[in-house]
Amino acid sequence: MRDTSKLLVLTILALSFSGIYLFHDLNGSFDYALPRRGVKVAAMVLTAVAIAYATVVFQTITHNRILTPGIMGMDALYMLLQTILVFFLGSTHITIINKQLNFALSTAAMVVFALLFYRFLFKKGSRPIYFLLLVGIILGTFFGSISTFLQVLIDPNEFQIIQDRMFASFNNVNEELVWTSFAVTGVLILAAWRQNPYLDVLSLGRDTSINLGVDYDSIVRRMLILVAVLIAVATALVGPITFFGLIVANLAYQFFSSYKHSVVIAGSALISIVALTGGQWVVERIFTFSTTLSVIINFIGGIYFIYLLLKESRNA
Amino acid sequence: MIQVRELSKFYGKKSVVEKVSVDIRRGQITSFIGPNGAGKSTLLSMVSRLIDADTGSVLVDQSDAKKMKSGDFSKRVSILKQSNYMNVRLTVRELVAFGRFPHSKGRLTAEDEEMITRSINYMNLSDMEDRYLDELSGGQRQRAFVAMVIAQDTDYILLDEPLNNLDMKHSVQIMKILRRLVDELGKTVVIVLHDINFASVYSDRIVALKDGRVVRDGPTHEIIQSEALKEIYDMDIPIQQMDNCRICVYFNS
Ligand SMILES: Nc1ncnc2c1ncn2[C@@H]1O[C@H](COP(=O)(O)OP(=O)(O)OP(=O)(O)O)[C@@H](O)[C@H]1O
Ligand SMILES: [Mg+2]
Repeated sequence: MRDTSKLLVLTILALSFSGIYLFHDLNGSFDYALPRRGVKVAAMVLTAVAIAYATVVFQTITHNRILTPGIMGMDALYMLLQTILVFFLGSTHITIINKQLNFALSTAAMVVFALLFYRFLFKKGSRPIYFLLLVGIILGTFFGSISTFLQVLIDPNEFQIIQDRMFASFNNVNEELVWTSFAVTGVLILAAWRQNPYLDVLSLGRDTSINLGVDYDSIVRRMLILVAVLIAVATALVGPITFFGLIVANLAYQFFSSYKHSVVIAGSALISIVALTGGQWVVERIFTFSTTLSVIINFIGGIYFIYLLLKESRNA
Repeated sequence: MIQVRELSKFYGKKSVVEKVSVDIRRGQITSFIGPNGAGKSTLLSMVSRLIDADTGSVLVDQSDAKKMKSGDFSKRVSILKQSNYMNVRLTVRELVAFGRFPHSKGRLTAEDEEMITRSINYMNLSDMEDRYLDELSGGQRQRAFVAMVIAQDTDYILLDEPLNNLDMKHSVQIMKILRRLVDELGKTVVIVLHDINFASVYSDRIVALKDGRVVRDGPTHEIIQSEALKEIYDMDIPIQQMDNCRICVYFNS
């Protein structure tokens, strides 16, 4: 199959799964159920696109196919930022009540962290991937543990009240933010899409990129900002799904033989949409909410991650 | 002309290139020779802006290389590194097409396509242009990289040991192509060579580096002399004149 036909098939699949999620068992509830499901599908599509885009770009600028923003602890960081806000400012503070403000603050903090992160971990030559992996996992666990620690210290009643508002999941999508995120993601992706040929060059490595006239440091910096914002969007909408990006990016690499980012990014975004809408439908209808999609994804993703690591170590 | 002025590079306290000043003249092949670790690759990397120099400057046709925009610089100076590793899978033609990036920014015109085809033909790769690089032999891959640099079509072409992995036939072929690029298209070629006989037969000038310094710099016939080579390599190398080539017989020195 040519790449365009593959993309077409995936598009049809993505539309069908979204359709099934929207209309299956609707029982004529157009006024009540449909709009609510609509918001949820919008959130899932946004999340899918954001994570796929962020992961492929992150892997290109860090020249590897195993590390992802999720594995490097970026979504855990987002959760920590939320917890810190509640802990120090209380549940009634403006930065928590006003979701847009909250989102803007958290995103700004994410961008700053991502840039620092890159500067210390990736800029100075190439470090062994296992070192980076270890650092990422330590950071992720560290952020997670501090979050838990602070959450335990917060007054339990207050924590209960804010938990729903603060911490999204697939069963509890952050609906107020869907339209803001839609605007942010849309603008960013429209702007970034034209950079795809530059990403193609970046994947040839730093030296070749510079030889071909790419302003390496500046484009890497811009792409990192994009990654941080997209991860912030996804985490704000549906909570952390650490291993999702790893799965969809690598599936896209395998499925498309192209080196072109326009193809790979579009492909992995479509695969993500299929996985999230299909997966959530299965969770709601077949498991009747007895588990969550994040749990399933992290279970499958974790296994896949180990498989990739083993494969990598055999090649090395 | 590329004017290298007092260029230095330190790794920690150790200086690997020390106050090197060299002129690279237009329309000539200039060969850099010298023992392993002499600083040849480091020097080329600084001239082509892959790494920052610690001191000194590089002028390309009188303008300061540091102040040129990346996009403009890449239309005038290209470099092929000593080793090229990539983690994407590309065909020969796709790789060569990247050489047009400074001109096309990713949107190939008919003119670009023509240039790509011509570079592939130049390197005798047309029968394998759709093969993936990881399915080629080391020498075939090396030729694909040279084709990419030729497609970039810059005035100045810097090549770090491009004869790596090549058999005699293809080494000669590449050197002849470089000669043609210089003689027919007016390009300027800077090349790092380990086989001094290639340097002797094909270059106009030779610059010899040792321990990060220039020890000799002059027209080829002045450097291909036993006493000059003794200074560069610490070896007694007799030289034989064969027709109009000066051949260094270093195998049993
Ligand atoms: N990134 C680096 N960090 C520390 N030292 C370095 C680095 N790169 C090069 N060197 C050192 O600088 C010196 C010059 O290296 P360079 O690669 O320029 O030599 P060369 O003349 O190209 O040698 P060869 O003929 O083996 O390619 C060597 O001693 C090398 O060990
Ligand atoms: Mg070298």
